[in-house]
Amino acid sequence: MATPRDYPMRAPGDPLPDPTPVPRKGFLGWLNKRLPVDEFIQNQLTGYYAPKNFNVWYFFGSLALVVLVLQLVTGIFLTMFYKPGEATAFDSVEYIMREVDWGWLIRYMHSTGASAFFIVVYLHMFRAFLYGSYKAPRELLWLIGMLVYLALMAEAFMGYVLPWGNMSFWGAQVIVNIFGTIPGIGPGLVEWIRGDFGIADATLNRFFALHVAAVPLILLALVGLHLVALRRTGSNNPDGIEIKEKVGPNGKPLDGIPFHPYYTVKDIVGVGLFLVIMAIIVFYTPTLGGLFLESANFEPASRVSTPPDITPVWYFTPFYAILRAIPDQRLGALTMLLAIVAFFFLPWLDRSPVKSMRYKGWMSRTALAVFVISFVGLGWLGMRPPEGIYAVIGRVFVVLYFLFWILMPFYTRMERVKPVPERVVYHAH
Amino acid sequence: MRTDMPRAGLTLVPAFALTIVLVVACALLPAGAVFADEPAAPAQPAQAENAAGKMAPGPETEKSEPVDWRKWSAQTNISNTASLQRGARNFVAYCLGCHSMKYERWSRVAKDLEIPGKELEQYLVPPGDKASDYILSTMPDQDAENWFGKAPPDLSLMARLRGPDYLYQYLETFYVDPSRQMGTNNLALPSVAMPDVLSSLSGLKKPVFRTVKNAAGQEEQEFDHFEQIAPGRLSREEFDGFVRDTVNFLTYVGEPAQVQRHAVGIWVVLFLLVFTWFAWLMKQEYWKDVH
Repeated sequence: MATPRDYPMRAPGDPLPDPTPVPRKGFLGWLNKRLPVDEFIQNQLTGYYAPKNFNVWYFFGSLALVVLVLQLVTGIFLTMFYKPGEATAFDSVEYIMREVDWGWLIRYMHSTGASAFFIVVYLHMFRAFLYGSYKAPRELLWLIGMLVYLALMAEAFMGYVLPWGNMSFWGAQVIVNIFGTIPGIGPGLVEWIRGDFGIADATLNRFFALHVAAVPLILLALVGLHLVALRRTGSNNPDGIEIKEKVGPNGKPLDGIPFHPYYTVKDIVGVGLFLVIMAIIVFYTPTLGGLFLESANFEPASRVSTPPDITPVWYFTPFYAILRAIPDQRLGALTMLLAIVAFFFLPWLDRSPVKSMRYKGWMSRTALAVFVISFVGLGWLGMRPPEGIYAVIGRVFVVLYFLFWILMPFYTRMERVKPVPERVVYHAH
Repeated sequence: MRTDMPRAGLTLVPAFALTIVLVVACALLPAGAVFADEPAAPAQPAQAENAAGKMAPGPETEKSEPVDWRKWSAQTNISNTASLQRGARNFVAYCLGCHSMKYERWSRVAKDLEIPGKELEQYLVPPGDKASDYILSTMPDQDAENWFGKAPPDLSLMARLRGPDYLYQYLETFYVDPSRQMGTNNLALPSVAMPDVLSSLSGLKKPVFRTVKNAAGQEEQEFDHFEQIAPGRLSREEFDGFVRDTVNFLTYVGEPAQVQRHAVGIWVVLFLLVFTWFAWLMKQEYWKDVH
């Protein structure tokens, strides 16, 4: 099938042909005179050059976008039958699960999608840690990404309250009360958030409004900004080399390839693999042993009966473990806040002359490994009662977690780094 | 626009063809083939052994390990329709007097458990209720609270809340305790408010405790085994099967869609695998000229 016309022979490293749009006739010509469709595709996709050496870690950006769309679509369908309100919420979720055709599928896709969103986002963030994607000139890209993460946390928390199960109720109780530890305004703030003296009908209804309208709009706006900022600097890559510094005669990066078709076709493979895993969970283990859907939430909210253990869903447990590791409630809340705020300072804490872990020294590598172990370890501990040995390990992890951040300006400057090559490392498959 | 577009189209043709074939196959498959149930099987001997062996080990095994009822597994199988049908019968006969399943309709039970409408009306639906009604007990909550101190919980989601194994352990560990108001107590749920409604089937059993030292060196009473003090209408094996069927039914009611979920899932996963494979081939094709 491969004719010479299909495959213009080019030597390795030769610039790729520039897909200049052909002037259109007919309807498309009419359309393009009024709406820059071709121009947009050319500027943003076919003429946008991304580094050719992306590895599997670079799937998670497009996957996050896919999950966002999945959540929006399934969420819209859920709102068609979900009824916010203390007296109706739990029943309406069971109605969706039992009596709405394929309602169970939509609900499980949405509940699994929430966890999938965090898995994808955590891996996306880890990729940034690995290859220094937050370093100049991408500091703002990282900060906007962190705001996306915060909005996502708010979105997930309020969504978790909506089924109005017992864990929804008590989880909301615990998390909203964290705001009560703020000196002075705390108690008033908590009442303002709840709209009542306790978690009640008013709380549920406003969380619904925020979950389906306000926060999704903020999320979409932030994701849009994240992409605009990405377009400005271009993607980083596993070697942490700026491909824009080595351009060919056509002004395009020598180590870049057009985003479309190369990365669109590649990302479809990632989406396929992701959907396979997602489908296996949705159809065969939607609760994932209580990790994605907690069994205590199959009981309607009750003010008189507390679940045996109040634990948030897994994606919040690292921070929950930090909160509980500190004996004082107010200090615990402050420490937890710091644990999240630390991420915002990452671009300025890392003083290394190189971006990628490939060329950083053993200290950075060890620090990142310790950080990942303590983050995952805290997540694991956050699901267990903080007693005995668990409490001790928890505190050790908290110390290690913060040492990673505090010591970063020092070890990133002290260590010996490897020489960064001129061009990206890429082996054709 | 791009000269190499046609090859992408060519690669996608088989993917689309396969999708259509898969979708059509799913649509044409008779419901019976998708929801094929296992042949009706009574309580499995292997399952019954678990229960038979755990009571009254007899004098020669007196020194044996204490019976660990916390490890008993319900071994539910929601694709065993016969077991679910027996469970529904058991529920109506022994649970419905006090417990409702307010999210489940009789007609849904009939549809999922393949119970003909006539038999549903004749044996399961209480007189005066319609098949389209939710499964509701007639006992008023206030009366229940007066009689038992607590209104019996709705059982629609009990299996999802506590897990099938817990329900099995709970129903198997009622024992005689004269100190309690109802004369019975339970290992899985101590000081239970519910009377031992299955005692006419299981007979009465008495727990035998043994003294052990706990970590602090203090002596404690630990459950060792049950001693049958009065026979019931069912043998141990039969009663064990009765409880398993009932728990199986409760597990089904917890999520009626689960049979459908398992049946559809395999096609979705297979389709996605084929799709991903074609997507991979397409990617390989496109990336040939990246050096």
